[in-house]
Amino acid sequence: MVVGLEVHCQLGTRTKLFCGCANDGFGMTANSRICPVCTGQPGVLPVLNKRAVELAFQAALALDCKLAATSIFARKNYFYPDLPKAYQISQYEEPFSQHGGLDTKLPDGSRKRVRIHRIHLEEDAGKLLHEIGSEELDYSLVDFNRSSVPLIEIVTEPDIRSSDEAYAYLTALKEVLQFVGVSRCDMEKGEMRCDANVSVMLAGSTKFGTRAEIKNVNSFKNVKDALEYEYRRQIEIIESGGTIKQETRLWDAVNMRTESMRSKEEAHDYRYFPDPDLVPLHADPVWVAKLKAALPELPEARRLRLASTFALSAYDAEVLTSEKTLSAYFDEAMSGRPKEFAKPLANLITTELLGRLNKEGKSIAESPVTPKMMASLVELTLNNTISSKGAKEVFAKAFETREDPKVLVEKLGLSQVLDEGQVKGWVSEALAANPQAAADLKSGKEAAAGRIVGAVMKLSKGKANPALVNKLIKEAVK
Amino acid sequence: MAIDENEVRKIAKLARLKLSPEEVRLYQGQLGKILDSMVELGRLDTSKVMPTTSVLGLSNVMREDEPKPFADPEKILANAPEREGHYFKVRKVIE
Ligand SMILES: [Zn+2]
Repeated sequence: MVVGLEVHCQLGTRTKLFCGCANDGFGMTANSRICPVCTGQPGVLPVLNKRAVELAFQAALALDCKLAATSIFARKNYFYPDLPKAYQISQYEEPFSQHGGLDTKLPDGSRKRVRIHRIHLEEDAGKLLHEIGSEELDYSLVDFNRSSVPLIEIVTEPDIRSSDEAYAYLTALKEVLQFVGVSRCDMEKGEMRCDANVSVMLAGSTKFGTRAEIKNVNSFKNVKDALEYEYRRQIEIIESGGTIKQETRLWDAVNMRTESMRSKEEAHDYRYFPDPDLVPLHADPVWVAKLKAALPELPEARRLRLASTFALSAYDAEVLTSEKTLSAYFDEAMSGRPKEFAKPLANLITTELLGRLNKEGKSIAESPVTPKMMASLVELTLNNTISSKGAKEVFAKAFETREDPKVLVEKLGLSQVLDEGQVKGWVSEALAANPQAAADLKSGKEAAAGRIVGAVMKLSKGKANPALVNKLIKEAVK
Repeated sequence: MAIDENEVRKIAKLARLKLSPEEVRLYQGQLGKILDSMVELGRLDTSKVMPTTSVLGLSNVMREDEPKPFADPEKILANAPEREGHYFKVRKVIE
């Protein structure tokens, strides 16, 4: 399987690419974010959004691409009701960046660099509605809230060889774009969309087969399914002596198959030409250097740093990097705290916090336990005020009541007993009540200690500090 | 430089123009003459000239990312030949 992916990604600006309309039209009243520019009224002039260019440049820098010293905007001409000007402003011959790559971690743990052919800036089209609810309309409705929203299109080289690799690449790409703050990449809102060029290459051959372009794959899972379907379809055609047609196919997620898009079969002739309304874009080196310096730490570098600086497991480093919001949560809880905070904090986050949020269908942002509360919980365990078991209890309560962990420890009576005299008393009591275990311990059978610890915990209602209990038992049987 | 009738028809189709046979012949002649002028320009040696995409000599004309909402989107909707609620209504399009 030979695959190249084209990903459209919506830039997280406040306004559209060429006008001052708000870039927040998703879910808003139809046509409430429109103006003469983005609805193509006569006599208007587009003016480029500086922030959109900056985000696009930063995406390119994070994806190891070269920025073109000069790039220009072109008109892509076609008629469709979602395109009010009858052309889309895009970049064609001189995109703003080319020749990059993204190191992608494959499911087997190995790494592969997927080369990026080009990234260009363009405006989105409007949105067409063909049905209301489940009712199919015999006309179409148009909403231009999305018209002229800034997009970057990221085109890979045909480097991807399996549906798993495609999935891994998209995951890595989304991660980078979210980290850099280029886009939220919310696929349900259409902020990240994917087209795939698929062909098959016979074993041992170096020549690519004829490719089909698959459109409308709007989740990573769909990309995987669509590629697998398309691969089987092409293999079947070749094995039965047929030839693959170069065409555009649409993924049908309901019936799990691709279908030829007859409407697109008539080869498009977009008659690109430089847009006379827009002047060239220069990637001024000083400007670019500033943008580069402002790039945040990228996910891969972050994972390595978490693992090496804080001695976190590869799994924890991965989880704490997988989402920008979660990364920020961890960083905020860690801020101003010593290194030894990291491990217990990571544990509490990956097990308790994520488990609970997951169960309640909440996001990190909605967590009732704030990073500050989490840090104070870690502090309480590190200074032995509560046991790790107690920490779990405090966490569960804090999740419900949003109360300060310090207050909860008192309320729940979870403070550990660190008083040697008191613990010593429990230890002697436990030894006396379990003569066999005490004798075993004295004769060097260390496994017997567990029974004594259990007895002490029972006597102390779980409040005796385990480290202190262990120490005092050892001393008592010496 | 000659341009054949089919090419004229194709260009008309892309531009959504319906041409009569007389018009096809008329534009065939006119487009051919425009291409002749281009051929003439093409004879100049431009090997040492950078391609020009803009004659203004400007670059990086940009605005800050500050929302400036249009005062009355309703006015734009009001110009629509047909509408339904807040939507523009068009003939059914199928992908
Ligand atoms: Zn606008």
